[in-house]
Amino acid sequence: MEIRVNAKGLQCPGPLLQLSNAVKSAQAGDRVLIEVSDFGFKKDIDKWCKKTGNTLISLDEKDSILSAVVEVVRKA
Amino acid sequence: MKKTILLFSGDLDKAFAAFIIANGALAMGDEVTMFFTFWGLNALRKPNPPSVAKKIVEKMFGWMMPRGADKLTLSKMHMAGMGTAMMKGVMKQKNVQSLPVLIKLAQENGAQLIACSMSMDVMGLHQEELLEGVEIGGVATFLGEADESNATLFI
Repeated sequence: MEIRVNAKGLQCPGPLLQLSNAVKSAQAGDRVLIEVSDFGFKKDIDKWCKKTGNTLISLDEKDSILSAVVEVVRKA
Repeated sequence: MKKTILLFSGDLDKAFAAFIIANGALAMGDEVTMFFTFWGLNALRKPNPPSVAKKIVEKMFGWMMPRGADKLTLSKMHMAGMGTAMMKGVMKQKNVQSLPVLIKLAQENGAQLIACSMSMDVMGLHQEELLEGVEIGGVATFLGEADESNATLFI
């Protein structure tokens, strides 16, 4: 399943909280597509994935909007 | 991993930093414990507290110190209120969450907020005057939490 999160307009740490909540309510294997306008997120998303153990599938930038796709991983 | 943040300062900008870090850590899956001591306690005051019997000195402290997160002022460029008002205006326009909202978010996301009992006593602040859900502890509680954390900040 793909879950879409619109975090455009939110400032740090808003997008991270939105992403964290979306991932919490998702199942393993689900993908979360989040759109963000805060440019710190470009670097933050790497650290967030590394720390939480979820997988960053893609990160695109278009018209000053970042779109990240994260695959939800549940640790055994 | 846990993060422990000690807010000593009652400056708006520093309290902001503390709560941005706290909410960020919660989003990263960390546990967060925040201690509030000395001027930092003012961030936890209810804007409209119930009336509490107080001694004269306690009442004076209560009047002189900012009553709650929304009354804190910038450490620089406060300019008799103009600078702080301008900063709040710009932050609102840029969609930065206000300090009261950041505090609420931190609580909702599981941050443990602990007020220092000794500072409360010195400043004449009573538990009823602090936000719901705030616990009370002493230095041993802070040190115990710090031992369990991999980062501890004094702000």
